Amino acid sequence: MNVLVYLVPMALALGLTGLAAFLWSLRNGQYEDMDGAALRVLQDDDVSMERD
Amino acid sequence: MAETLDLSMFVRRHEGTAHMDLAVGGIGCAACIRKIEGGLKRLPGVIEARLNFTNRRLAVDWREEELAAADVIAALEDLGYPAHPFQPERAEAEEARHMRWLVKCLAVAGFAAMNIMLLSVSVWSGSLDMSQETRDFFHWLSALIALPAAAYAGQPFFQSAWRALRTRQLNMDVPISLGVITALGMSLVETASHAHHAYFDSATMLLFFLLCGRALDHAMRRKTRAAAGNLAALKAEFAHRFEQSEVVRVPAAALKSGDRLLVRPGDRIPADGVVLSGTSEIDESLVTGETARRGVIAGAAIHAGSVNFSGTLTMRVTAAGAGTLIDEVERLLEKAVDAKSRYVRLADRAARLYAPVVHATAALTVIGWLAAGASMHDAIVTAIAVLIITCPCALALAIPAVQVVASGTLFRAGVILNSGDAIERLAEVDTVIFDKTGTLTLPEPRVANAAALAPDLLERAARLALSSRHPLAAALAREVRERTPYDGAIEEPGQGVRAMIDGAEARLGRPAFCGIAGEANDEPGASTIAFSHAGRSVTLVVRQKLRADAAETIAELRARGLDVIILSGDRPAAVAPIAAHLGVVDWRAGLNPAEKIAAIEALKGEGRRVLMVGDGLNDAPALAAAHVSLSPVSAADITQAHADAVFLGERLAPVLDAVRIAAHARRLMRQNLWLAVVYNAVAVPIAILGYATPLIAAAAMSGSSILVTLNALRVRARNAPPSGRSRAGQLATASVP
Repeated sequence: MNVLVYLVPMALALGLTGLAAFLWSLRNGQYEDMDGAALRVLQDDDVSMERD
Repeated sequence: MAETLDLSMFVRRHEGTAHMDLAVGGIGCAACIRKIEGGLKRLPGVIEARLNFTNRRLAVDWREEELAAADVIAALEDLGYPAHPFQPERAEAEEARHMRWLVKCLAVAGFAAMNIMLLSVSVWSGSLDMSQETRDFFHWLSALIALPAAAYAGQPFFQSAWRALRTRQLNMDVPISLGVITALGMSLVETASHAHHAYFDSATMLLFFLLCGRALDHAMRRKTRAAAGNLAALKAEFAHRFEQSEVVRVPAAALKSGDRLLVRPGDRIPADGVVLSGTSEIDESLVTGETARRGVIAGAAIHAGSVNFSGTLTMRVTAAGAGTLIDEVERLLEKAVDAKSRYVRLADRAARLYAPVVHATAALTVIGWLAAGASMHDAIVTAIAVLIITCPCALALAIPAVQVVASGTLFRAGVILNSGDAIERLAEVDTVIFDKTGTLTLPEPRVANAAALAPDLLERAARLALSSRHPLAAALAREVRERTPYDGAIEEPGQGVRAMIDGAEARLGRPAFCGIAGEANDEPGASTIAFSHAGRSVTLVVRQKLRADAAETIAELRARGLDVIILSGDRPAAVAPIAAHLGVVDWRAGLNPAEKIAAIEALKGEGRRVLMVGDGLNDAPALAAAHVSLSPVSAADITQAHADAVFLGERLAPVLDAVRIAAHARRLMRQNLWLAVVYNAVAVPIAILGYATPLIAAAAMSGSSILVTLNALRVRARNAPPSGRSRAGQLATASVP
């Protein structure tokens, strides 16, 4: 059972890291434009698209 | 027209850079993002342009000395997107902050629920061969996570419960808060006394599920609010204001009392005021419902929303004086809003019934076990288990879940909800009252005899009409397919417009101007214009036209067992033929705002639940007085603000959809409440008998929550809009006139 001494804190630390990452992304405004984010990923910024 | 456009009221400045938020119309696909942002960034001085695709808004930053705000809008127009700046309302910023807070709470509750579940599952599955020390360790660890997490994530419920209790009321959050707090408290005591069962997982999971519901509900409300805000911004009018010697174009929102304005033919009058000079006819159908035009001369009072028809006017903006129409409307509105009894929502009614029953059951459980000879400790533990298992997870999700799905479905059908309880009130409706002008009919006049004309001649006439600013030409121009005006068209004021088409002269305007004897037309509200080209000529009749599906919609409303009534401010002669065409027997005409209210009050007195559909300024008090109200997106501003929902597009079908979806939603809300009752009827006896282990509590709670959520999704499945009139999201931003 000694394995719990470091496994449990490790599990908790992982969970807390996930929570912190989520809160950071929320503060960073990453959920402000969910539809736009899905479309922006398809854009080729390095290719010229001005054909029309 | 080289005139200055003054947008300073929308621009925020900070150290030489300017910032403006715009609502942008016509955005349909991914390519628009790049087109708009790329196009703007090519302008000199633009630092950043960022389009939010979700709510169709654009934020632009630029260096002030290099670029004017009007250039940004002009550039967007060149790209093919209508745009209008807007000031983000305080309420919207407040809601965005609240949303972020809810999501933070949700994240914390989710983290806590998952980690505690990890520990709890170990305790449940290993309870036989787990040492007491290990179990205690796991329980203490759970407490360490649960207590701070619940203190943070439970705030939305605790605050709301506290607010309700302070005013001696009960809402759903009171039993929720009580359940969470007692569950945590009891678990702590049990943990300290090395007991087998702790309910930390139930408490946090409950918070997690409920916060999911709250956050979704809030997100849906924000989405519809943003769509409504965009519509309002894109509809906003501009005014031509005299400033010293020049005329400056300013947004109507910037007008102040005392400003002198120029109103050209074809313009909408941007504010209430008095005519200073000029004579003209104005179309007041949006104000009074009257389709015949009124002649105005210097000194006449005119209202925002009327359309100037024939002559150029100068006017002075005035505040609403006593005795004017707007003053009367506002007075009636105040009364109607006051009188509107506070509607008690289904969820609150359920909570009022539910809380006393549950708390009494818990109290009886203590007494019962004590009477049966159990120890005080055991009796209280069992009673708290009853509180936890009845904790209204399913009950609290039963209604918001349906609400979220139903408002999403309504949104796709082109109905944007203004108020939260509109769905419940819509479902109760048994009488529908329509206004005529702009509601049953289209908001702008159309060519009435379009079907009888040669299509090629009509197309040429309509394309020529694009070159004229006259309101009748604007009505004709709506028939056009190719939106490029002819080159070299010349407008002759008061006569018409002419141009050379395929080598022959074409003329559009007064019959005499086109060389035809004018047919006598004494039908009030209808106007005749003529078109001639290469020896051929036609006469076009322009007047208010019924919405294409009006007859069909009204027939279906009646088939659903609803009474349909028309209350119009227009003359009886104009209302009678329309009522006859639609098959509506019960109609009244020539009503002023007070008489409309009186008619509604009389119906309410008979115990009827009235849905009022109207668009005019004169309908605003009636909308506020009715049980629930709808208005088309073209409605006057005050009217729209008092409607419970706004519908988009040129069809009347959204009215029927709103009633149908709301009725279905309410049925599902009731079903969900019954599901919650059935769940409790099964779970409570188990808890009273003392068999509610944490495992059973967790399973019951998540099972019932998932059940009601799945049931709510049926609103969406049943009411999927037929193809062809869906995609309100795009409509909401694209189809603004």
